[in-house]
Amino acid sequence: MPNYRMHLLVCGGTGCHATKSNVLINELKRVLSEKGLEDEIQVVETGCFGFCEKGPIVKVYPDNVFYIEVQPDDSLEIIEEHIIKGRKLERLLFVEPSLNQKLEEQLDMPFYKKQLRVALKNCGFIDPEDIDEYISTEGYHALGKVLTSMTPDAVIEEIKISGLRGRGGGGFPTGLKWEFTKKSSADQKYIVCNADEGDPGAFMDRSILEGDPHIVLEAMAIAGFAVGASKGYIYIRAEYPLAIQRLSIAIEQARNYGLLGNDIMGTGFDFDVEVDLGAGAFVCGEETALIKSIEGNRGEPLTKPPFPAQSGVWGKPTCVNNVETFANIPAIINKGGHWFKKIGTEKSPGTKVFALAGKINNVGLVEVPMGTTMRDIVFDIGGGIRHGKQFKAVQTGGPSGGCIPYSQIDIPVDYDSLVSIGSMMGSGGLIVLDEDDCMVNIAKFYMEFIIDESCGKCTPCRVGTKRLHEILTKITEGKATEECINHLVELSDTIKDTSLCGLGQTAPNPVLSTISYFLDEYKAHVIDKHCPAGVCEALLSYTVVSENCIGCTACLRACPVNCIKGAPKEIHKIVQSDCIKCGACYDICRFEAIMKK
Amino acid sequence: MSKIKTFAELQEIRKNLENRMSLRKTAGSKDRIVIRVGMATCGIASGARQTMMAILDELQKEHIENVSVSQTGCLGFCDVEPVVEVIIPDKPSILYGKVDEALGREIVTKHIMNGTLLEDIIVSRSFETIK
Ligand SMILES: Cc1cc2nc3c(=O)[nH]c(=O)nc-3n(C[C@H](O)[C@H](O)[C@H](O)COP(=O)(O)O)c2cc1C
Ligand code: SF4
Ligand code: SF4
Ligand code: SF4
Ligand code: FES
Ligand code: FES
Repeated sequence: MPNYRMHLLVCGGTGCHATKSNVLINELKRVLSEKGLEDEIQVVETGCFGFCEKGPIVKVYPDNVFYIEVQPDDSLEIIEEHIIKGRKLERLLFVEPSLNQKLEEQLDMPFYKKQLRVALKNCGFIDPEDIDEYISTEGYHALGKVLTSMTPDAVIEEIKISGLRGRGGGGFPTGLKWEFTKKSSADQKYIVCNADEGDPGAFMDRSILEGDPHIVLEAMAIAGFAVGASKGYIYIRAEYPLAIQRLSIAIEQARNYGLLGNDIMGTGFDFDVEVDLGAGAFVCGEETALIKSIEGNRGEPLTKPPFPAQSGVWGKPTCVNNVETFANIPAIINKGGHWFKKIGTEKSPGTKVFALAGKINNVGLVEVPMGTTMRDIVFDIGGGIRHGKQFKAVQTGGPSGGCIPYSQIDIPVDYDSLVSIGSMMGSGGLIVLDEDDCMVNIAKFYMEFIIDESCGKCTPCRVGTKRLHEILTKITEGKATEECINHLVELSDTIKDTSLCGLGQTAPNPVLSTISYFLDEYKAHVIDKHCPAGVCEALLSYTVVSENCIGCTACLRACPVNCIKGAPKEIHKIVQSDCIKCGACYDICRFEAIMKK
Repeated sequence: MSKIKTFAELQEIRKNLENRMSLRKTAGSKDRIVIRVGMATCGIASGARQTMMAILDELQKEHIENVSVSQTGCLGFCDVEPVVEVIIPDKPSILYGKVDEALGREIVTKHIMNGTLLEDIIVSRSFETIK
């Protein structure tokens, strides 16, 4: 085996793939072999570094240098300058906007400084398609440990001590769930990994599966040992081809090593895993619907009880956990439940992975201890709001969650604190909104999503959410009255109380939370017929800013309905009653003399 | 690939693989020692590559893991190439000149492993580098 003196880690996550990291990898390898360096320098394709916005990412070891936005054409220069002569390529270093300084080492970057990586520890560090790299980072060690030196009860006890709660949204204690499943007696039990990940903007689970698939397989086997199951299913949406491919490779390698299959490590324990593809319906992420779907039926939720722990796949006791929940298990076994319990907050120990999206500088994936404030996440790690705009809110928990306004930004983020301010953790998608986002419109967006995704089984969810959407539409069109806001609240409460599954029960949350924090904005729409953010087309008006208008006549000529009056070198004027709000004048004026408000 | 039949076997495999990842693990640790080899044009011409490979080989032989070897550009000592700089955390860095393969190995066995400087080949610096 060659003794490589340098490793070039290139991100092969979905984000960087989209910006051609695979071409870059081939090009680096080609240039290296051209220079006869292929036995000295190793090129490793890894999972997501979390810094997707600035991809493709290349990290150079042992120098710890972090390059961003690397193009295939940069390969030659990286190799000739950095690899051969030891000179860093300044132009590919990350410039921290807040410091305006080029940062060479990854550890210097504020983006990474406040992070703590447990679930993502191997993402961007190992080659996910090589089981040896996983093994060399203590991989499958936790499984070996439980199989050779622990009883199932001891494993469950360790997870209970850790205080780990489900990362799929509900936050149910994982140790308890395992205990319930263990206590149900049956000839066959199942472990299910929920990789449906339906929240718009979320990609935490995908990144874990792409960057470190073995960690999930190992954890599922540990769960199987603890509850007495010999078979696992990974339910993953078909739109995640790269994750599916890496999982399949990982499963095959684990089988070849005998780390999945019969008589694992000679202990007599059998466990194997099957990948099950879902069509990508949001409701199929709900555990009872997911189980139906695995059985080949329509993914519709069932009433609980019975819980899956009693009767799940094929009516057998089934333990359903989220991808990220599983990714925490091996570390808990290796380092102990007490170690884990010390991270995070009292009631929500450990870390949480978030996908940062929206109007934020560092779009990407981050993992922080529970209890980190939203301010740290958005402004330090996330690098603040794009283009220096004003922060308005963060939407957490996707379509089931709510928004956090600036007044609550110092709240330490954990399961309970988010619920206390009317939002929820959800799976970890964070969408950052700025002054240009209209909160009524955001609520409407989520309601559209819900209407599409409701399975239609129960009336409050199927019909109620349609009504909510209609009212919201009326508001954005300026056709609503103040009474409509009360209607929204009443209807929301009914839907929450009477829907069958979690989708319907949480669907009104975005509406309620925007009303509670941004009532002024709702009122502006219904009373003043005005959209403060300038988003709702029907409520906008175009006017000429007299001080800026030089009378060039461009707008007059562009207006399709001839409602602009003026003459060369005179200040123009828009006849509001005839204006159809097409925006043509706004687009054509080069003097910022048309205002849209 | 053959099947792993015991937990001990898994641990054995991991031990054998350790080398492979130590390069990456060391890079992130706080107490890592850095050895930098001057690899600008004149360094390469005077055999800096061979020196670096010898250092790497010696480190591996001695199973030393907390050392990162990297190259650096011109250090401004063309007349004493190849130059090698040893940076141990919290200590002043030491610069050696005219380091051939044998001396490279000695840097590892003496300076790194025993903390004994190779006094004869230390290059005294007339300037400070701003960090
Ligand atoms: C509408 C709806 C969608 C859900 N989508 C997901 C999902 O995409 N991924 C997930 O892990 N859990 C999802 N859940 C939660 C699951 O029902 C279940 O609680 C979870 O998978 C349990 O795993 P955990 O305890 O490890 O979080 C969803 C729940 C509801 C009501
Ligand atoms: S609440 Fe909505 S998604 Fe859930 S079962 Fe009822 S109709 Fe289906
Ligand atoms: S295009 Fe702008 S500057 Fe020209 S007349 Fe119209 S408003 Fe005035
Ligand atoms: S928005 Fe369209 S219709 Fe209205 S004034 Fe401008 S160009 Fe004319
Ligand atoms: S996909 Fe490359 S950094 Fe996220
Ligand atoms: S080029 Fe080698 S010291 Fe200047």
